[in-house]
Amino acid sequence: MVLSSIDPALLLASLIVASTPILLAALGELVVERAGVLNLGVEGMMITGAICGFAMAVNTGSPLVGFVAAAAGGAILALLFALLTQVALANQVASGLALTLFGLGLSSLLGQGYVGIKPPPTTRLDLPILSDLPFVGRVLFSHDLMVYVALALVALVWALLKYTRAGLILRAVGENHEAAHALGYKVVRIRILAILFGGACAGLGGAYLSLVRVPQWTEGMTSGAGWIALALVVFASWKVGRVLLGAWLFGGVSVLQLNLQAAGVAIPVEYLSMSPYLITILVLVIMSADKSRAPGSLGRIFHASH
Amino acid sequence: MLKLEKRPQPSQLWTWATPVLAVLITMVAGGALFAALGQDPVAAISTIFWQPLFGEFAFYYRPQLLIKGAPLVLIAIGLSLGFRAGIWNIGAEGQYIVGALAGAGVALAFYPAESALIFPLMVLAGALGGWAWGMIPAILKLRFGTNEILVSLMLVYVAEQLLAAMALGLMKNPEGRGFPGSRNLRQYDSAHNAELITGTGMHWGVVVALIAVIFAYVLLSRHLLGYHIRLAGQAPRAARFAGVRPARLVLFCLGTSGALAGLAGLFEVAGPAGQVSIDFNVGYGFTAIIVAFLGRLHPFGILLAGLLMALTYIGGELAQSNMGLPAAAIQLFQGMLLFFLLAVDLLTNYRIRLVTKEVA
Repeated sequence: MVLSSIDPALLLASLIVASTPILLAALGELVVERAGVLNLGVEGMMITGAICGFAMAVNTGSPLVGFVAAAAGGAILALLFALLTQVALANQVASGLALTLFGLGLSSLLGQGYVGIKPPPTTRLDLPILSDLPFVGRVLFSHDLMVYVALALVALVWALLKYTRAGLILRAVGENHEAAHALGYKVVRIRILAILFGGACAGLGGAYLSLVRVPQWTEGMTSGAGWIALALVVFASWKVGRVLLGAWLFGGVSVLQLNLQAAGVAIPVEYLSMSPYLITILVLVIMSADKSRAPGSLGRIFHASH
Repeated sequence: MLKLEKRPQPSQLWTWATPVLAVLITMVAGGALFAALGQDPVAAISTIFWQPLFGEFAFYYRPQLLIKGAPLVLIAIGLSLGFRAGIWNIGAEGQYIVGALAGAGVALAFYPAESALIFPLMVLAGALGGWAWGMIPAILKLRFGTNEILVSLMLVYVAEQLLAAMALGLMKNPEGRGFPGSRNLRQYDSAHNAELITGTGMHWGVVVALIAVIFAYVLLSRHLLGYHIRLAGQAPRAARFAGVRPARLVLFCLGTSGALAGLAGLFEVAGPAGQVSIDFNVGYGFTAIIVAFLGRLHPFGILLAGLLMALTYIGGELAQSNMGLPAAAIQLFQGMLLFFLLAVDLLTNYRIRLVTKEVA
């Protein structure tokens, strides 16, 4: 039986690694969408983050600098989107697509000299005692810093949205921008900040791919991860906790299919590689019936006439 | 202080001036980009936009304009119908691949029989293949309310894997000495989408693209369905009162754009590309999105925009071989074009007014 060659502890540990990029990107997009903006450029921001982070990490020898650069790169690209949609009042769907096409081109241009290079290794953060626990230690407590940063970010965003005034204002802007504007909140400013946060998160997610998960640079290496992150937000019904669940589900599917490929199951590799995308469609089908959770002003252009 | 004032009607002048303005701004910004890459910006821009048309080897490059422009126009015409109605099919790349696979599948099934019926049958299969791939997001949208953007895009990746599976498995050339890729359809007379007039680059795909342009123009300006498409995009609520059935529009727009993308794939695989190979698709499906917007979603605009985009492809290749400009620079250039277009589009819908702050 080929399946017996798959070690469950290792599988779960790599599931957490595999889910981190889409978790980060989806978390950022969730905040953007809760502010009422649909940014379809996640894929473009992710891949730009991937190359910015990779290039800086290789040049400085420090993965940490790489991650900071990736967040900055993603945010700068997101700023273009913010200018287009919030200042020039362009269509958000078209602008998001433009951002993805632009990001893919930009990243392959920036990445020309970096093909086939190994990035500096990101050190594992072995937590004393916890890492030595049987099973749980290997699954949960022997990862690199970014895994914990991502999880902390999930908790932080959840608490911010649920319990703070800033979170309430952000949600108000997303639910009804006219009303929020009438109350005196700076709709455009809040949305630009949300978009920048989303870009930084997507950039981090991309860098996690190029620095930890793969780890190397290849053109178009995100291969749809940004779009899966977008689907994840729908899957999560715009709720933070469910984004985490969804990311683990997708991480699990992609790890499982890789393991099946390695174990030599009698299904051609190409058909196994389709599975994350097919599962995404399946999940969308199951989850899309309930549209009521979507933020009220999602994707609508805001133009203050007064 | 600058203030934006919404125009009661989109400006007719700016509707057509903005694409031109966007191209000019992109040339300037692109020139700056090429300068940053250590190239002479003027030489680079002229290599891309002038050399293929009027340069020394123009006789070789001009036919390429039709070969590269035809799939772009064909796909963009289909996409524009949906974009007008607010139905976003961005998975044309996948429909293009499946159309090519379906068409090539028919040809390979009949190999080596020669018959005049094979090519028409391939065309039909190509259109059906793309149509079927486009109907998946349509039916899921209608039945389950899924977002067609995400589903159609996910299907691109599925189609790419399917293409690889076919090139390495079922459709692999049995006489190919183990190399991936199918038999070359250019060496199979009944299936070859040959040049109709030697030296012009004119093949059946170009003819169909021109027919599609005219068809789309008549549909949008003279036909009730075209009116419904425009109405649904501009005023969805009013459209419902006017008796427009959104479900029918979704099926029509996604189906038509799928079929046209499938046709583009079929004409490419049977002609210029010649075989089903792993790297058969080169991103026409995504570039066509830029073409559709650059052409203002208008059939004749798309025709011009498609030719311009084809020019950047050809000029880009030329700049790559002559000046060592990286291929990615052209991709970036095309992305920039869409960016600037969306930005200057502000002028179409809004008036920029200089206002002095009122004293309260």
